[in-house]
Amino acid sequence: MPEPEFFTDADALAAAIPDNVKLAIFKDSGVPMEAARALIRRRAKGLHLVTIPTAGMIADMLIGSGCVDIVETAGVSLGEFGPAREFANAVKAGQVKIMDSTCPAIYSGIQAGEKGIPFMPMRGLIGSDILRSRDDYTVIDNPLSRDDPIVALPAIRPDISLIHVPLADRFGNLWIGRQSELKIMAHASIRTFVTAEKIVDTNIMEDEKLAAASISSLYVSGVALAERGAWPLDMPGHYTIDRNNVEEYARVSGSGDGFQAWIANNIFAKPVAAE
Amino acid sequence: MITCKPEELMISAISDLLDDVGHIAVGVLSPIPGSAALLARARNGARVSIIGSSVPEFRTDGGVDLFDAAGQGRIDAFFLSGGQIDGAANINLTGIGDYPEMDVRWSGAFGSAYLYFQIPKVILFRDEHSRRTLVDKVDFISAPGVSETSVYRPGGPYALVTPLCVMMFDRLAARFTLKSIHPGHSLEEIRDQTGFDFDCPDQVPETVTPDDETLSHIRGDVARAIANPYPAFAKEMFGV
Repeated sequence: MPEPEFFTDADALAAAIPDNVKLAIFKDSGVPMEAARALIRRRAKGLHLVTIPTAGMIADMLIGSGCVDIVETAGVSLGEFGPAREFANAVKAGQVKIMDSTCPAIYSGIQAGEKGIPFMPMRGLIGSDILRSRDDYTVIDNPLSRDDPIVALPAIRPDISLIHVPLADRFGNLWIGRQSELKIMAHASIRTFVTAEKIVDTNIMEDEKLAAASISSLYVSGVALAERGAWPLDMPGHYTIDRNNVEEYARVSGSGDGFQAWIANNIFAKPVAAE
Repeated sequence: MITCKPEELMISAISDLLDDVGHIAVGVLSPIPGSAALLARARNGARVSIIGSSVPEFRTDGGVDLFDAAGQGRIDAFFLSGGQIDGAANINLTGIGDYPEMDVRWSGAFGSAYLYFQIPKVILFRDEHSRRTLVDKVDFISAPGVSETSVYRPGGPYALVTPLCVMMFDRLAARFTLKSIHPGHSLEEIRDQTGFDFDCPDQVPETVTPDDETLSHIRGDVARAIANPYPAFAKEMFGV
């Protein structure tokens, strides 16, 4: 396996992520916001965005900036801050192709991807228009029983998972804290690109406590330091959400010119994250 | 009569449906059901897991863990809502119009298309009771209310709570029955504001209002606990 490559910053990392790839992002902290801003700055195109299993502001701003052709998701919302208007507008206008799903179906898909098996069976979904809208979801008979229909979900193998972690080491090992789903993503993805709050010289895998919640460098292709890399969203143990910034985004997104101005000021002007 | 906010009445009414429940999970965008779950915890000792909470006793071990727990039958009650809910308890979290380029597009199904099948007592909650939200047939079935008998389904809809009333759902008949009407509202108003047909007994009682002890729970420990993960709701509703 090639050694993980270390990049000078998130922009250099984003430059190594090609257009037109299937890119997976995780719903919870740390959301790789600085890396997403870097993708927008380099005007990434044609992404097939897979949200694990949902997403908020990061997906909305990538879609609004024209980086995304396909969005595969169980839901896109700004949560308590309101609806994801760039997402909704792009779906309504047919500017992005939507692949609607439900949270555990996406988890099941990446778990199949992680195991290298073709599909995962899952309860639920039968009778929903979600199932009817997905040609790739198939109802099969439980082979171990009788009269028991169950949905087979194809494995999800993202070309790239893009994640933000609290800690990486100089060997490319990652400490992910309690976000164990990041591990499934890295295992299922062909390559994983990472921004980290901090990069240390010691080996994470030599520390029993850290190693218990880690991703091995085996799965890591690229690492860049990005302090406050989840800003304006939160990073538990490091910083809380910048509510003013997210509220401002919720206000202007979906408004055309207002959104474009926000992108220009907040992403292309490359502001220094407020302390 | 004790004066309470309409939201406090809904919290109390939902909690009254959770008397015998051991483990309640709360999803995203659910401050009122979340408060009801916390009230059930204060009154009956129910265990509560809240998606998005960072409080150790309420948080789950991540999303995979929550869905696996539901699959194993370790979660007894949950809440779902919808931009549209119809008379057969189908819910629509996806949008209005012809899919996929719909006239109105909402967030998406989240975990509903799975949890609705797995969790025995799913309480539907909607903060707007109108013909716009409670429709004859949903435009898009994000999660179906009932399933054919061959489909494995230990879970499903149990009740619907709105600002006007409480309805119970009969899974065999695939119909709602009016259970109680909130004080200040009438059967005529409910019929007028509901887009689907429902059953109604001859006498419909008034929804029980929260007593002093219940209100002190709602405004005290429940309010403090729901502030994480719903700080804006807790501040507006309870001033905490």
